[in-house]
Amino acid sequence: MTDLTRLTAAELAAKIHAREVTSVEVTQAHLDRIAEVDDAVHAFLHVDAEGALEAARSVDGDLAEGRQPASPIAGVPLALKDVLTTKGVPTTCGSKTLENWLPPYDSTVTRRLRKAGVVILGKTNMDEFAMGSSTENSAFGPTRNPWDRDRIPGGSGGGSSASLAAFEAPLAIGTDTGGSIRQPASVTGTVGVKPTYGGVSRYGLVAFSSSLDQAGPCARTVTDAALLHEAIAGHDPLDSTSVNVPVPPVVEAARQGATGDLKGVRVGVVTEFAGEGYQPGVQRSFEAAVAQLRELGAEVVEVSCPHFTYALPAYYLIAPSECSSNLARFDAMRYGLRVADDGDHSAEEVMSLTREAGFGAEVKRRIMLGTYALSSGYYDAYYGSAQKVRTLITRDFTAAFEQVDVLVSPTTPTTAFRIGERVDDPLAMYLADLCTIPSNLAGNAAMSVPSGLSEDDGLPVGLQIMAPALADDRLYRVGAAYEVARGPLLDRVPELKGVSA
Amino acid sequence: MTAVADLMDYAEVVERFDPVLGLEVHVELSTDTKMFCGCPNLFGGEPNTHVCPTCLGLPGALPVVNGKAVESAIRIGLALNCEIAEWCRFARKNYFYPDMPKNFQTSQYDEPIAFNGHLDVVLDDGEVVRVDIERAHMEEDTGKSLHVGGATGRIHGAEHSLLDYNRAGVPLIEIVTKPIVGMGARAPEVARAYVTALRDLLRAMDVSDVRMDQGSLRCDANVSLMPKGGSEFGTRTETKNVNSLRSVERAVRYEMTRQAAILAEGGTITQETRHFQEADGSTSPGRTKETAEDYRYFPEPDLVPIAPSRAWVEQLRATIPELPWERRKRIQAEWNLTDEELRDLVNTGAADLVAATVDAGAEPGEARSWWVQYLTQQANAREVELADLPIAPAQVARVIALVNSGELTNKLAREVVQGVLAGEGEPDEVVEKRGLKVVSDDSALLAAVDEALAAQPDVADKIRGGKVQAAGAIVGAVMKATKGQADAKRVRELILERVGA
Repeated sequence: MTDLTRLTAAELAAKIHAREVTSVEVTQAHLDRIAEVDDAVHAFLHVDAEGALEAARSVDGDLAEGRQPASPIAGVPLALKDVLTTKGVPTTCGSKTLENWLPPYDSTVTRRLRKAGVVILGKTNMDEFAMGSSTENSAFGPTRNPWDRDRIPGGSGGGSSASLAAFEAPLAIGTDTGGSIRQPASVTGTVGVKPTYGGVSRYGLVAFSSSLDQAGPCARTVTDAALLHEAIAGHDPLDSTSVNVPVPPVVEAARQGATGDLKGVRVGVVTEFAGEGYQPGVQRSFEAAVAQLRELGAEVVEVSCPHFTYALPAYYLIAPSECSSNLARFDAMRYGLRVADDGDHSAEEVMSLTREAGFGAEVKRRIMLGTYALSSGYYDAYYGSAQKVRTLITRDFTAAFEQVDVLVSPTTPTTAFRIGERVDDPLAMYLADLCTIPSNLAGNAAMSVPSGLSEDDGLPVGLQIMAPALADDRLYRVGAAYEVARGPLLDRVPELKGVSA
Repeated sequence: MTAVADLMDYAEVVERFDPVLGLEVHVELSTDTKMFCGCPNLFGGEPNTHVCPTCLGLPGALPVVNGKAVESAIRIGLALNCEIAEWCRFARKNYFYPDMPKNFQTSQYDEPIAFNGHLDVVLDDGEVVRVDIERAHMEEDTGKSLHVGGATGRIHGAEHSLLDYNRAGVPLIEIVTKPIVGMGARAPEVARAYVTALRDLLRAMDVSDVRMDQGSLRCDANVSLMPKGGSEFGTRTETKNVNSLRSVERAVRYEMTRQAAILAEGGTITQETRHFQEADGSTSPGRTKETAEDYRYFPEPDLVPIAPSRAWVEQLRATIPELPWERRKRIQAEWNLTDEELRDLVNTGAADLVAATVDAGAEPGEARSWWVQYLTQQANAREVELADLPIAPAQVARVIALVNSGELTNKLAREVVQGVLAGEGEPDEVVEKRGLKVVSDDSALLAAVDEALAAQPDVADKIRGGKVQAAGAIVGAVMKATKGQADAKRVRELILERVGA
C-alpha cells in the first residue's frame, strides 16, 4: 500500500475526493507518523488527535453523502503554527507565559481552514512569540532539522517546516515577520510563502510586530502551497489592515508555471545579496538556480536595491518597538501565567514578577530594545529613522519592479547551522534574516523554494523569489516552473524511523 | 489622609496671583457599540458581561474602528468650531495598569481628528467668555478597578483588586482647552461655566449621556498660578475625580488657595495628579510622578489612517442641531422673557430642559413651572444639578399631558414624578404600578360622597341651606377616603348634585 505520508496535498485530496482513501485514514497515517518520529524531531507542541479525527470524519461523512468537497484540499491534514489561536486547543506561542492558555476563539486563518475541511493535526513549535531564527528560543525545547538532527530547522516557524520535511504533515501554516516562513523553508528543503501584507487576516495571530506579521502557507510543493494560500487568503472585516481586493490567482499561476515556460518573465538578481557572509555552497546553488531560470526562458538582469543593506538595522528597531507594546498585555491579570499571587504581593508586583518569570531571554531583549527605541528623546533617532529607511526600501522595490517582474536572491546566507552555534551571539542569529526582511518592511510578497543541496555540506538551500504587493501569483508561476526543472529533493531526507530523541 | 493644607484667603490670592487653567474633559459617546469591537456600550451590567476578545485584549485580537464614533467626533469638533483633520491616525499610549487590558490605550497623539476651535461660555452675570479649544481626539475608555482592603482604596496596599472590563473600549472623546488666562477671581466660575456649556452642547447633539455622576462626562482641572502681571506659567497640578459642575468650581478654587499659600511661603508646587474630595472640597495628592511619565506613543499599526472626505465633513456639519445658546436666544424671544428671567432660567440649568419639554409637546408656562419649581426643589434636596435628575424632558411633558387630560391631579402628578425619579420607569408605568389614576368612576365617588355626607349631616344641611363653600369639608373627607386619587372638582360637583343645592 502507498505510504500516505509521502504524497503531496494535491495527491491526497484527489484520492480522498475520489473516495479511494478516507480522510480518517490519511489523518491516522499522519498521526502514526507523528507518534513514530516526533520524539526525534519535536515539531509539535500539541497533537490534537481527537479533534483531527473528528474533522476528518466530518469530511468523509460529507463525501459519503455525495456533497462536493468544501475546498480542493478538504480532508488533507495540516500542522498549525502555535501562534494562531484555536478555540479550546492550547496556543502557547512557544512561551511559558501562555503554557496553560486555552483560547476562547479561533483565529480567522483557523476558521477558514476548518471551513475548507482542512484537518488540523496540532500546533507546531516555534521561537517564543516568533522571535528567533532557530526555534531554540522555544520555552519547550528546540525542534530538530530532519536533514541533520544536530542542526536547527530555522525559525521562528521551525516546527511547521520540520513537520513537512519529516513527513508528519503535507501542509503547514507559518507566520513571517522577518523571514519566519521563508528561512525555515530554506533550511528544511520545503516551500514557504509570505503573502502580501494584508493578504491573509491577522485576526487571532498573536502579534509580534503588527505592521510586519503575515501568516502564509508552507508545503512540500509550490502547487500545494498555492492550494493552501487560496484557502486562507482574502479580506477579513475583523482585521483593519486586511486588503479588500480579490485573492491573486495563485493556483492558476502555479499550474501555468508547472508547464516549465518562463518566456517573457523578467527576473532581477539583487546585487546586494551576495559576497561576504554568504556560504560558497549557497552562492553556487543560487547561481545554478538563476541559470536554470534563464534556461526556462526568463530574461535575467542584475538589479541594485541600495537601501536593502539598511533593512536589518531598521527591522531591529521597528519590530522590537511594536513588540514592546504588543507583549505588554501579558500581565497575569486576565489569562496566562501568574506568579507570586500569594497575598503578599500587590497587583503591580504580580504583573512584574510574572513577566520576569514568563518571558525568555530573547523576548526580554527585544522588549527592552523596543522600549528604549520608543522612549521620549530617542524616538526620532531610532523608531523615526527606521520608518524613513522603511520608506526608502519600499521605493527600492518600486523602482526594481519597474524593470523586472520578480526579484531573486538566496533566502538565507547559509544552510542550517548547528543547534547552539549562535545562541550566544544574537547578531549572528539576526543575520539569518538578512535577505528576507526587506519584503516584510515593504509588505510585498515573497517565497522560498528549494534550490537543491549545498555542495559543501549536503544541506538544503533556498531560492527566494520576491514579487510586488498583490502580485503573489508571480511567485507561484516562477516557483512552480523552477521546481519542475529542479526535480525531486525531499526523497533524500534521511529516514527517521527508529531514531530516538 | 494627609494633614490639612494651609490655604490663602481667596481675595488675597487673586490680588497677588493670576490663575492659569487648562481643562481636559472626557466624554463617553453613547454609540450602540464600543470603539473597536461589537460589544454593547452600556453603563453598568454584571461585571465582565459586555466583553469580547478585542476589548479584553486577548492575544491575537484586533481592533476595528467604530464609524459612528468617528462621526460623533467630527460633529463635536464642528460644534466646537474646530478644524477637522484631512488625515489622522490613532496612536498607542503605553503604560501598565491592571484595568487597561492591552496595557496600552488606543488614543490619538500628535494627529487629533479635530483641533483649533473655541467655545463661547456665558457666565452667571451674562458676560460671554471665549474659551479656546486646543484639540478633540478619539480614544477608548479603560475598565474599572476596585481595590479592596488597605487604607487608601488604591492599588498600593490593597489586599486584592477586582476588575470589571465592561467599560473597557467604550468610545471617548477628550476635549482639551488651550490655557485659559486672564480670568482672575472668576477663574473657578469660568471653569464651571465652560464644563456646563460643553455638557449642554453635547446633550443637544445627542452624542453622549453627559452624566457626570455616572462618569460619562469627566473633567480634569489643571491649575497653576503666576505672580500678578507675570507671563511665565507656574508649575501645574491636575485634579481628577471631579464629579459635578459644582465640584469643578470648588476644585479650581481650592487649588488656587492651596498653591498660593505654598508660593507665598517661598515653596514650590509639586507637579502631580491630585484627587478631589467631594466631602470637604479639598484636593489630596495622588501618586507623585518622580519623572515625567513616558507613554512611548507611536502610530497604532493595527489600524489604518482616517481621512474624512470634505464632502462627508460638510454633510455632518449640516446635522449639527440648534445649539443651546442659539436656542436660548430663540426662546427668549418666543416666550417674551427679560434678560434677567432668561438668565435665571439658564442659571438654574432649566432653560434647555424647559425648551426640550416644550419641544416634547408641553405648553411653555407649564413646562417652566415644573422645572423651576418642583423639580428644582427635588434637585436641591438631592444635591444634584437639575439636568442630572433622572427624569427626561419628554417624561415631564407626558406628566403635564396627563394632568391636562384630567387623568392626573397635580398632587398625583408629583407622585408620578417621584416614581420616575425613583427609577420606576416611564410616567405611564408609574401610574400603573402605583395605581395613581384619578378615580373618575362616578359610582365609586358617589358612594364615598354619600358616606361623607351621612357622616357629617350638619354640613350637608348647611350646603342645602345655600352655604356652598361648606362643601369643602366634604370634599376633604372624600379625598381622604380615596387617598387623594379623586378629581376634587368632580367631587364637588357630585356633592352639590347629591344635596340638591
